[in-house]
Amino acid sequence: MVNENLVKDVVKEPYKYGFVTDIETEKIEKGLNEDIIKLISQKKEEPKFLLDFRLKAFKKWQKMKEPDWAALGYKKIDYQDIIYYSAPKQKEKISSLDEVDPKLLETFDKLGIPLTEQKKLTNVAVDAVFDSVSIATTFREELAEHGVIFCSISEAVKNHADLIEKYLGTVVPASDNYFAALNSAVFSDGSFVYIPKGVTCPMDLSSYFRINSGDSGQFERTLIIAEESSSVSYLEGCTAPMFDTNTLHAAVVELIALDDASIKYSTVQNWYAGDEEGIGGIFNFVTKRGKCLGKRSKISWSQVETGSAITWKYPSCLLLGEESVGEFYSVALTNNLQQADTGTKMIHIGPKTKSTIVSKGISAGNSKNSYRGLVKMGTKATGSRNYSQCDSMLIGDQASANTFPYIKSQQPNSEIEHEASTCRISEDQLFYLQSRGIEFEEAVSMMVSGFCRDVFNQLPMEFAAEADKLLALKLEGSVG
Amino acid sequence: MQSKMKESDPILEVENLSASTDNLPILKGVSLSVYPGEIHAIMGRNGCGKSTLSKIIAGHPSYNITNGDIKFLGENINSLEPEERSQSGIFLGFQYPIEIPGVSNLEFLRVSTNARRKFLNKEELDTFDFEELVKEKLEIVKMDHAFLSRSVNQGFSGGEKKRNEILQMALLEPKIAILDETDSGLDIDALRIVASGIKKISNAQTGIILITHYQRLLDEIKPNYVHVMSNGQIIKTGESDLALELEEKGYEWTDNFIKEI
Repeated sequence: MVNENLVKDVVKEPYKYGFVTDIETEKIEKGLNEDIIKLISQKKEEPKFLLDFRLKAFKKWQKMKEPDWAALGYKKIDYQDIIYYSAPKQKEKISSLDEVDPKLLETFDKLGIPLTEQKKLTNVAVDAVFDSVSIATTFREELAEHGVIFCSISEAVKNHADLIEKYLGTVVPASDNYFAALNSAVFSDGSFVYIPKGVTCPMDLSSYFRINSGDSGQFERTLIIAEESSSVSYLEGCTAPMFDTNTLHAAVVELIALDDASIKYSTVQNWYAGDEEGIGGIFNFVTKRGKCLGKRSKISWSQVETGSAITWKYPSCLLLGEESVGEFYSVALTNNLQQADTGTKMIHIGPKTKSTIVSKGISAGNSKNSYRGLVKMGTKATGSRNYSQCDSMLIGDQASANTFPYIKSQQPNSEIEHEASTCRISEDQLFYLQSRGIEFEEAVSMMVSGFCRDVFNQLPMEFAAEADKLLALKLEGSVG
Repeated sequence: MQSKMKESDPILEVENLSASTDNLPILKGVSLSVYPGEIHAIMGRNGCGKSTLSKIIAGHPSYNITNGDIKFLGENINSLEPEERSQSGIFLGFQYPIEIPGVSNLEFLRVSTNARRKFLNKEELDTFDFEELVKEKLEIVKMDHAFLSRSVNQGFSGGEKKRNEILQMALLEPKIAILDETDSGLDIDALRIVASGIKKISNAQTGIILITHYQRLLDEIKPNYVHVMSNGQIIKTGESDLALELEEKGYEWTDNFIKEI
């Protein structure tokens, strides 16, 4: 109804990151069994404890059932039809970036993440992950001077096995859920961050995940440890080429913050979402969780979810330490036939803990967008507080938005507040802005940005501007 | 109607305009010309088509033009988008200004003003230069600076919304302003502020169409012409004393004119 002709005229911006890098890869055969897991572990020259960790997880996974409680509908995933390890062929040992295949460097260049010494981003250290392996990590020496460890998780397994053995799986146990168990069995790479006591990380750290291959899944694993009184801001970006098949992405992220430590974890997720008919796109099943172990420790999640055909993701906080703080700021945008079931869990265990949830869901086209969140006050969480705000915006009349808040309190001396709203971009609002000379597309994007402002304010600066642009791009042609 | 020779070309010409929404005819052959410096008043019962006429001139997508033309500065604008009409100098003051949560009034005014300035090949204003400009215009409608930091029209009182409309008119400096019941819901003081604002903004080069039910606005801004609309047509046009006569005799009196058409 709204400006039908104009909408038709709007040139649909193609997915900018849909290209495939033509590179020789080393892939193992399709399918999942103990031998495959042993092979992955062997390729990565892992210590025994890790192979045991994987095999145990696999046993558990085999006994588990794929969860069906989310408001998502999708074709059954055939786990035997996936390649669990795929890596670009490289020389045995790479000692410097100059030895990285130029095609890979070029790929990341095209994605706006230059890695070479001359061109690399100056204000942020980057770990670039391509399919199953980490390609390069910038600024390592500079960070090492501050005692900060930032490397791929494979390297950490080799060089910091004690930390891995101590913390891996302590926040998200292998048996936590179906996809976490799968990840624990087959994870290939991801990032590792260690911030020593008292250190404020001198620059933002960032991982960029790129899926290139069409038939292999990506199972990355990220572990961030912030020791007493340290702090770090970590950013994560993701893109994938356009394939007409669905690619599985099942990641696990674990954060650990000790006394007075703070971790800020921001994500801009722009996996390929499939086309207008819902063909192709990434299936994104992610378990992200942070543990506020110490007194006054703080974990803050902010996410801008715009991609993927299916999103199943609940970045959560376990608030154990007294006066620890958990935050979740989310913008989830779905268009065409995308489906998102996303939210958070705030588990208040320690006394005087505090959590804030701000969720903004935008549904356009024929998409389905659900917020699902749990706030729990344990018996010892006396004097704890939660504030939740869940707003939904509908664009067009075919999209749907749901909110599923779960509240459990075992502590009468705690407070839980929940606010929710739903709104629709109306024809009258659009006409009002247009009648003031503001172009149709800009009018939509102004209203969407306005709707998301509370969340964008939480993002690191460059990220916020990017998120704003990304939303505008994703919405082109969606109002009608 | 306007038989005397005009020295300049009309700003707006509506020629035998018919329009419908959801296949329901609303306008049935409306003609109207506005020349520079002129003020026209359109009066009529609720539902007679006056608001529809204003929305169609501004390009509202819910209405289809089934016959006739709208010309602005000699060009047919039937198929122009609302934003193009605004940029080229057509302004519609809304009867019910729309609330837009989350969008700051200041940013909205700046983007809007810059869209018009861009069309006029004037330099677009950055935040600081715009602040200067808007301060000056706030004086015209006696609005407090605090209005700028709120969301567009959200939580504004009826009077504040109407003043915000006139503020937009002051910033956009349109060639023609159509003010749809800008006087409704205003107390006497607010009405005076709004009326004096309109007078300050208009000049010998601009045209104004006032859509109103009441004489009290026309006491403040004296129109050159008064048109009476009924059932999608202009049934009578006169000079400013027609409004007085209408006030005295009521719309029933105009029903007789319909038979004459």
